[in-house]
Amino acid sequence: MDAVKRYFRSPAAVAGLILLLIVIAMAISAGWFYPRDPLALAGRPLVWPFSNPRFLLGTDNSGRDIAAQIFYGARISLLIGGVATAIAILIGILVGAFAGYYGGWVDNVLMRITEAFQTLPNFVLLLVLVAVFGSTLTTVTIAVGVVSWPAPARLTRAEFLSLRNREFVQAGRTLGMKNIQLIFGEILPNALPPVIVYASVVMAVAILLESALAFLRLSDPNVASWGNLIGLGRDVLRVQWYVSAIPGIAILVTVLAVSLVGQGLNDALNPRLKGR
Amino acid sequence: MRILSLAGRRLAASIPTLILILIGVFLLLQFAPGDTVDAMMAQMGGGDAATAKELRKFYGLDLSIPAQLGNYLWRLVRLDLGFSSIYGKPVASVILERLPPTILLMTASLSFAFFFGLVFGVIAARGVNRWPDTLISTLGLIFYATPSFWFGLMAIVVFSVYLQWLPPGGFEDIGVVRTGIWRALDIASHLVLPTLTLGLIFLAIYLRIMRASMLEVLNLDYVRTARAKGLDETHVVTRHVLRNALLPMVTLIGLQAGTMLGGSVVVESVFSLPGLGRLAYESVVQRDLNTLLGIVFVSALLVITVNFIVDLIYARLDPRITAEG
Repeated sequence: MDAVKRYFRSPAAVAGLILLLIVIAMAISAGWFYPRDPLALAGRPLVWPFSNPRFLLGTDNSGRDIAAQIFYGARISLLIGGVATAIAILIGILVGAFAGYYGGWVDNVLMRITEAFQTLPNFVLLLVLVAVFGSTLTTVTIAVGVVSWPAPARLTRAEFLSLRNREFVQAGRTLGMKNIQLIFGEILPNALPPVIVYASVVMAVAILLESALAFLRLSDPNVASWGNLIGLGRDVLRVQWYVSAIPGIAILVTVLAVSLVGQGLNDALNPRLKGR
Repeated sequence: MRILSLAGRRLAASIPTLILILIGVFLLLQFAPGDTVDAMMAQMGGGDAATAKELRKFYGLDLSIPAQLGNYLWRLVRLDLGFSSIYGKPVASVILERLPPTILLMTASLSFAFFFGLVFGVIAARGVNRWPDTLISTLGLIFYATPSFWFGLMAIVVFSVYLQWLPPGGFEDIGVVRTGIWRALDIASHLVLPTLTLGLIFLAIYLRIMRASMLEVLNLDYVRTARAKGLDETHVVTRHVLRNALLPMVTLIGLQAGTMLGGSVVVESVFSLPGLGRLAYESVVQRDLNTLLGIVFVSALLVITVNFIVDLIYARLDPRITAEG
């Protein structure tokens, strides 16, 4: 309860939470405000924002409503960000837990693989994965998750290294508990808080990675995504720069909200480190 | 000498990592739809099955996958990265042509981010929780959340379209032949916006780390001693605090090298710079898998090199590393 109180005492954390709730509300209400397909033609192309009450944020190069694409784009960004983060954290926890708990050759092998993933630039690996498996919503989400797990794995491993010889683990061992029970039942719950806080960083990066991929037209072209829209707007950048500008602000706000919430959680859970 | 042998040992340890990456990506690319011969046939405008078979045999693509992998690794030892059917040149020379813009861009962005991250980090830490700190920290958060490609596009709109101060893209002006200093200045003016765009997110990261590490070091006993000796504040910060506070920053360069290379893929596409990143993007779009694999190899090599240099700098900044056995 203390942590919740500490969280709400920080104005930045509260602002982040409000922004995040707004983005979530946009994602939920998209179908309600804009029942039509956001990628369907809606009117004349390149209508400037605030010039036509029917299209509050104007229309893009082919006459699709930008506001509708922003609302539906919130769904895609949160979906890809959330699922990719879950995948990355899950792989990271498994790899980090086994490496940290068993040590020895298991640790050696797993850390070599982690190092390989960290040595290869993650965006280059993302390009390779998209080149091989194609760019549908599912493959892009999995690919973003697969390139993002090394950092959580290292974090989990460090936590396990410091916890694995504590008294409560030794007590469990003398009680005859199996390794798997010790890892997931005893150590993991104690190792989890910093990893969960770090998930916000993973999610922020995942949203940025997907939008960059979409901007390069290597993500799923059949969904309304903010990155896709920025890529389209690039063709009319010289005059109708708003087509690219608006979805960029949406990405900025979402990533900012996720980082602020993460930082707020971190400060609330580790009050000793506040201000760092 | 000790420094070199220590860093050299780290370098040797990265060779298995490199081999692991190559084997992994090589096997991954076996799942890709279509091979080099398919790409070549498409370039030639089609052909019959017999020609395709002949070509596969010529390029060793009819062998089993382990044999192909062995061949590839053996050719790599001789620095032969294979042949790019799209560019009609050996992959090594295609990559070598594209390397200078990327290295220039990365060095410039890193210097920009490191220098201003350091300066702003120090200013923020000196005025902790007062308005300069709040302003700098807020800006840092916003920079961190800004998608680089979007920032690049907006910078083009402002500085190239409206103000017309800087060129919107390309590596140099190909309309006019320039030599010497004028050519260098021309290239520099083309690189201003890409450098800012790529460096922005790293500036945000560096200033945050610098601020945290300054705050930590400022509270240590030896700093109090230095102040008690009667040294003025500037002297304490520059001579005593900075050197120790810089260590996490230097570590970060090594950790971020890969991210920066990845970021240059996007930035080079925005500013149509003929660099390695843009080559990576083109080879994905054109399904030039030989080139893609070569880029994977070279970018891993680049990251390893950066880390080697970071090890050297680190040992230089922190004598404890070489003192301990």
